[in-house]
Amino acid sequence: MVKQISVFLENKSGRLANVTRTLGMNNIDISALSIADTTDFGILRLIVNDPDKAVDVLEQEGFTVAGTDVLAIAVEDKPGGLSEALTVLENNSIGIEYIYAFVGKCSNEALVILRVDEPHKAIEILGKNNIKVLEQEDVYKL
Amino acid sequence: MEYWNPACECMDRDEMTRIQTERLIETVKRVYFNVPSYRNKMQQKGIEPGDIKTLDDLKKLPFTYKQDLRDNYPYGMFAVPLSEIVRIHASSGTTGKQTVVGYTRKDLDTWAEVTARTLACAGTDKSSFIQIAYGYGLFTGGLGIHYGAERIGASVIPISGGNTKRQLQIMKDFGTTILACTPSYALYMAEEMEEAGIKKEDLHLKAGIFGAEPWSEQMRDEIERRLGILAIDIYGLSEVIGPGVASECKYKCGLHIHEDHFIPEIINPETEEVLPPGSLGELVFTTITKEGLPLIRYRTRDITSLIYDICKCGRTSVRMNKVSGRTDDMIIIRGVNVFPSQIESVLLDLGETAPHYQLIVDRVGKLDMLEVRVEMTQYMFSDQVRNIENTEKKIRNAIESTLGISAKVKLVEPKSIERSEGKAKRVVDNRKI
Repeated sequence: MVKQISVFLENKSGRLANVTRTLGMNNIDISALSIADTTDFGILRLIVNDPDKAVDVLEQEGFTVAGTDVLAIAVEDKPGGLSEALTVLENNSIGIEYIYAFVGKCSNEALVILRVDEPHKAIEILGKNNIKVLEQEDVYKL
Repeated sequence: MEYWNPACECMDRDEMTRIQTERLIETVKRVYFNVPSYRNKMQQKGIEPGDIKTLDDLKKLPFTYKQDLRDNYPYGMFAVPLSEIVRIHASSGTTGKQTVVGYTRKDLDTWAEVTARTLACAGTDKSSFIQIAYGYGLFTGGLGIHYGAERIGASVIPISGGNTKRQLQIMKDFGTTILACTPSYALYMAEEMEEAGIKKEDLHLKAGIFGAEPWSEQMRDEIERRLGILAIDIYGLSEVIGPGVASECKYKCGLHIHEDHFIPEIINPETEEVLPPGSLGELVFTTITKEGLPLIRYRTRDITSLIYDICKCGRTSVRMNKVSGRTDDMIIIRGVNVFPSQIESVLLDLGETAPHYQLIVDRVGKLDMLEVRVEMTQYMFSDQVRNIENTEKKIRNAIESTLGISAKVKLVEPKSIERSEGKAKRVVDNRKI
């Protein structure tokens, strides 16, 4: 599994810029991100190359930060590629909390981040169905 | 040290009543003949000093309000010639004139006595090092505690308020054992301590005496846990004498009022009736030993109740519960009385630590709107919107069921609500009425 960090953001201008600036100044590379937003606040979710350091520097900057384990999978970059993986999860009644894509990709695969309700079961089933689940190290090298 | 003055602190009720009666009769005479404002008020009610014979007669006397002190600014309420006054303090008035208080030499002696009792309640003795982080100057907090600590013979560190980094350095290097400041400043210091990498084990702190603003039990737990100390609530107001009016003992079950100097009553602030023992209402004080500025039935605006049973510590004095709010800090929203302390209890019930919060009141059209801003904590945060929205909803529901009115809850980023090193600003009222 891959460690994702989440940051609480108020819906005010400049907050996201402050997070990315803090990470940039500390040489932390962002490889995937998504924002879930409501009227008043947003949750920024990030995959970075050094999650522990990212938590430290963001907390020092005064942000509320949480770490969560998520799945990173590689699917074939073609129509229906993602659907194949999601169908496997659906057939096994594994719920998806949220999903977002990677900024970069490797060869002809697209990388997707998934937060599911039963991560260990999901890894086992995806593996059995020949869907590539990436390890922490694989992701950080990207 | 258990007591400072056991003869007074553990006096039996009959003896206390006798002393109080004697001193009350004498005080009423003094103000009647020396302070025109008191004489006029008593004459308007058709009362003469001779009508006051027992403690029960206290309720016949007219009330004294902060406004009386302002109307007689600066020295009009003093009951002695100005040549007898040896110290003047004043409390900053946010509205109008300052409230000026004067002490005779005997008043300063009384003040040192009652603050010594207060400090002894927290375990202060000759071997203590007390860091006084209340402001020194016209404010009574700093100097009031200072003289009590000197009377005990403790080593006084008169650092005054502010400059938190220096406070922490001195606390560590000088081996401070007793800290005196406002509870919100104590929490602020605990936060700064964590950032400065100072652990509570690096300090020698044993106890803290915290007052000058209302605070909750949960806030006490947090201070005790983060600083590793016994946190004692103290009570005082400059008009009555300053700090030293009442103090908790180590059992923390109400604040012992130094009744041989100050007689408390609880009244209904609307009808002004004296309420039966144990009722919640406005605290009223009559000073019975003060010379410079004696006060008859002074309306404190603080909301509390009195406890009459005898404390485990052996002190026989009546105790007041923690002040739960102020009649004038109270905000009225859609006809409902709201105290910031009620919101604080709601928030503290939800998590393990105290989030900072602020109430914003505004009028939209003809309707009052309450917004409660709460700083996001690690405890409340989640990577999922649903969880955070549930927390928001829980806070909203708890506020609604506690206050009986609805409020908008807005979660904000840590440290985005203004911190003050003195009293915390809990309410912003933007209504233009």
